[in-house]
Amino acid sequence: MDKFTTLTGVAAPMPLVNIDTDMIIPKQFLKTIQRSGLGKNLFDEMRYTQDGQEIPDFVLNQPAYRKAQIIVAGDNFGCGSSREHAPWALLDFGIRCVISTSFADIFFNNCFKNGILPVVLPQEAVDQLMDDARKGANARITVDLEAQTVTSSDGKTFAFEVDAFKKHCLMNGLDDIGLTMEKASAIDAFEKKNATLHPWA
Amino acid sequence: MTALRTLYDKIWDDHVVHQAEDGTCLLYIDRHLVHEVTSPQAFEGLRMTGRKVRAPEKTIAVPDHNVPTTLDRADAATMTEDSRIQVAALDKNARDFGINYYPVSDVRQGIVHIVGPEQGWTLPGMTVVCGDSHTATHGAFGSLAHGIGTSEVEHVLATQTLIQRKGKNMKVEITGSLRPGVTAKDITLSVIGATGTAGGTGYVIEYCGQAIRELSMEGRMTVCNMAIEGGARAGLIAPDEKTFAYVMGRPHAPKGAKWEAALAYWKTLFTDEGAHFDKVVTIKGEDIAPVVTWGTSPEDVLPITGSVPAPESFSGGKVDAAKRSIDYMGLTAGQKLTDIAIDTVFIGSCTNGRIEDLRAAAAILKGRKIAVKRAMVVPGSGLVRAQAEEEGLAQIFIDAGFEWRLAGCSMCLAMNPDQLAPGERCAATSNRNFEGRQGRGGRTHLMSPAMAAAAAITGHLTDVRELMGEMV
Repeated sequence: MDKFTTLTGVAAPMPLVNIDTDMIIPKQFLKTIQRSGLGKNLFDEMRYTQDGQEIPDFVLNQPAYRKAQIIVAGDNFGCGSSREHAPWALLDFGIRCVISTSFADIFFNNCFKNGILPVVLPQEAVDQLMDDARKGANARITVDLEAQTVTSSDGKTFAFEVDAFKKHCLMNGLDDIGLTMEKASAIDAFEKKNATLHPWA
Repeated sequence: MTALRTLYDKIWDDHVVHQAEDGTCLLYIDRHLVHEVTSPQAFEGLRMTGRKVRAPEKTIAVPDHNVPTTLDRADAATMTEDSRIQVAALDKNARDFGINYYPVSDVRQGIVHIVGPEQGWTLPGMTVVCGDSHTATHGAFGSLAHGIGTSEVEHVLATQTLIQRKGKNMKVEITGSLRPGVTAKDITLSVIGATGTAGGTGYVIEYCGQAIRELSMEGRMTVCNMAIEGGARAGLIAPDEKTFAYVMGRPHAPKGAKWEAALAYWKTLFTDEGAHFDKVVTIKGEDIAPVVTWGTSPEDVLPITGSVPAPESFSGGKVDAAKRSIDYMGLTAGQKLTDIAIDTVFIGSCTNGRIEDLRAAAAILKGRKIAVKRAMVVPGSGLVRAQAEEEGLAQIFIDAGFEWRLAGCSMCLAMNPDQLAPGERCAATSNRNFEGRQGRGGRTHLMSPAMAAAAAITGHLTDVRELMGEMV
């Protein structure tokens, strides 16, 4: 997993609420057995016509946002299915940070496993960053995970909260399976105790 | 004196392997369910790092999302190349890593969330995970069950644990009894209508109250299944005599002395009187009507007697979302819901693909004919299908004009050939009405099996109570 420390980039405004994982990556692209290559189908049904032509109005098709690295989104981003293909598609496109007032729980967790930082900010802050994102390629937003701040193009800074363990893993690009395996003796002990207490499990 | 604990608190406490100073826990996982779509990259990860499946005996796999449901599905040509590869990858991974497996050819195959309880893998007090958001279904047994992403699937395969922080407790109480024609599906949709799709974010919901107690296990699974649509990771219902009766004798349920020991433990799985909930929602059972969704979010719920709302009646970002939904759905504000014509009816899914769901639909369809272009019943498992045939339900569906299919996820998410055409409108018993969910441009109205059957007969959204006659 790639580390996430600081990021300065163009932010695409997506004010729609409840952007679900079926919108982020429709099911026909879940048939892959790989993690990579999904970026071209990110937001597929909003981004392309049925015959594969780009829909010019869609934000990521506009010249200013074709290389966006950040999305500023409406409430409850990533609701719906548990498909990790959603963060894989975002990452493959080049998105490393999503800013919203709220995220669906499973999507939120999945982001951290893939080097993407989901940032939760109050409505007022998201509204200001949305306005900033609408300015296009000249307005670059900076996200600093160490300092836990988002700074708009005109220098307004918003502080955000992040779970300390998740921050540690993201900043260092850590594989948490490796970390858990270091606790193998605790897992062994739990299984041994459980075999007596709950032998049916 | 020990602190008063909720059901969630108790299950959580019994599964903590390790707790860090910052509160991050390593939680032990009792059952790991696996399907073909969200697991290939996880098994590949194990291979690349030379890791094994830590507890193959607690890991259960079944292909369900891609598999065709037509009777000719043994013919490989019924699947697209990429679907075939994905199912073949699960076959190989199950074999290579030695996990429990129900292949497509096995009569016990079906939707992972129907097979788990049916085979007795899901038991009260357990932690159950699967790379699928509808894992919440298993909470009906008083087990802590939730969906995980593929990275977490790999984590559970390798370590039989998950790194978790505890969620908050939310109580959803449905008081009193349901009125005739109102079902578990109407409860769960009505709760989402009341709380919104983000209302449960960060919470584990415990459903309780007389109306929940009065539900069968099948109904309770329907309620918990859609906890995720309300934003909650998991939904729970305390186990009771109905739970124990359902579990007893199932292939992987404990037997003999182990059964007695399990039963004694399961009877301690309830929320202590006076335990703290961070949020409480109370709905009167008698106030719940048969409902349908009109929009493209499961929170877009209204009683069937209602009309399509005006976007301006909402506030904030929901105004634009409602405009977009109404446009996508091809509706007009103020239109009566019962005036909405239906092309296709889909009865099935992990929400409503169990035997009781098929009974409820068949009770409405008996002796009647469909008035829609296409109607299909997709049983949740091969065993549900067999039971429905034995009970004569299959014949009722066939006589009414329904297609009688083999088990799978089917048109709930349209990863297999069962899809809507653009603009086609479907009365569906599944769980999501998102844009494109059942096929690009397809329009989905969610409802109960009885309501879907009613729509099939009249050709438009219909209040099932009008067709129930003397049953009411």
